[in-house]
Amino acid sequence: MPEARTPKKPRRARGTKSAVHLLLRVNGEDREVTTAPHRTLLETLREDLGLTGTKHGCELGECGTCTVLVDGQPILSCLALSADYEGREITTVEGMADGAQLHPLQETFADLGAAQCGYCTPGFLLTAKALLEEKPSPSREEIREALAGNLCRCTGYLKIYEAVEQAAARMREEGPRGGR
Amino acid sequence: MRAFEYLSPKTLEAASAAVRTAPEGARIIAGGQDLLGELKERIATPGRVVSLKAVPGLRGIREESGSLRIGALATVQEVAESPLVREKAPALAEAATSVGTPQIRALGTVGGNLCQRPRCWYYRLADFPCLKKGGGTCFAVEGDSRYHAILGGGPCHIVHPSDLAVALVALDASVEVVGAKGRRTIPIADLYALPAVDASRETTLAPDEIVAEVSVPAGARSAFRKFREKLSLDFAVVAAAVALGPKGPRVALGGVAPVPWRSREAEAALGAKPVTAESAAAAATAALAPAKPLKNNRYKVPLACAVLRRTILAAAGVADPGPPAPPATPAPTKKAGEDF
Repeated sequence: MPEARTPKKPRRARGTKSAVHLLLRVNGEDREVTTAPHRTLLETLREDLGLTGTKHGCELGECGTCTVLVDGQPILSCLALSADYEGREITTVEGMADGAQLHPLQETFADLGAAQCGYCTPGFLLTAKALLEEKPSPSREEIREALAGNLCRCTGYLKIYEAVEQAAARMREEGPRGGR
Repeated sequence: MRAFEYLSPKTLEAASAAVRTAPEGARIIAGGQDLLGELKERIATPGRVVSLKAVPGLRGIREESGSLRIGALATVQEVAESPLVREKAPALAEAATSVGTPQIRALGTVGGNLCQRPRCWYYRLADFPCLKKGGGTCFAVEGDSRYHAILGGGPCHIVHPSDLAVALVALDASVEVVGAKGRRTIPIADLYALPAVDASRETTLAPDEIVAEVSVPAGARSAFRKFREKLSLDFAVVAAAVALGPKGPRVALGGVAPVPWRSREAEAALGAKPVTAESAAAAATAALAPAKPLKNNRYKVPLACAVLRRTILAAAGVADPGPPAPPATPAPTKKAGEDF
């Protein structure tokens, strides 16, 4: 299959059934990936780029644990083809901390025990980050609505809501810091 | 997922041609919120997937000579949040708000929502060779039919899953599609056909035809209501949309039929007179009079009746006096252990 060899000019987001060459922007870095056209964004992040913070959950769009941000907006990486996301700003949970400095949401989730088994946590953190960037002082109802697409089977949600509220308060006091 | 070739053409005409010429079948991808599920379950096994992401001009929402023009790639969230839609076609904004979760609304598109495949659990599992997948049986007839059709069913008994389509039927919208023969515009109701016509598909589009734009007459008073089992994320068990426009009332039901179901019975019962609590109840009863429930979904008849009655009142801005006496539905011939 000649098209599968590295072409002289990269044929982005086109190709054969076996390979597409993509330039993805993940956590502020440009990443080149040669992958199969039927890879989901979740599979590409985890398996091609080694970013395993994003989790496989239901694979159907019901649980939200695979949530990543695309141009600041939460989306389900399990229902997205990688080839559709060239040139978009993708943020995973690995992109939230600034070096050793955790994002305020990561701190309050840890402080308040908003993570128990932790499997849903990356999705909640990113969805909450998008919310707080749009609404620095969300009401409890706005938090509930924003997080309605993320399931947690451990916490009963109360600690998660409180952690988001406390992070919002910290971020209002301290101004933006950390993360991207 | 079966491996496929991925193409991203720059015009709708090229996208249509890419579908037409695919040797092993092709599917269009917009937001992918429905297609990815089908690909993963191998209900859809196209040799080519054609993305619309590089086609310009399919995104906006604008008003033009008394109509809202909504691009097929406008997201469900954009429709839900659009001040224009909220003001000029409230039922559509309400329907969009009720779709999926924030994540699904962020990627899901108007065109994709209208063309999504049914959620019937027999259809969605590759193990069941149902009528829709070219098999010989509708498993809902003898199986668990709690979420299936009470109107227009047979030989396949799916319900159409789109909330937007229900609102758009009530709002008398039309759809522009692009295919091999160029562009054509059809009333939204004609986008869909009952399984009696062809059980394998829900729309009347040719395989290479693609929804380009939806046009919605602006300004009618309208409302949409949806009953679902789980508020955070669910398809409609029953939905209703009502528009009170210059050409008279238009009534549509969702979750009850294989197509977004227009009820001319309810429209006739409402007539041209101002809506009252009594006429709303009578219209809702008339809409469900032709219902033919399956074994496990008789509950949907009074449920749809209640949802529709409330939706009519909401569209007309008439206060809800509470439920009337239960409608005189024929006594079910119930066998032991049969009811859900």
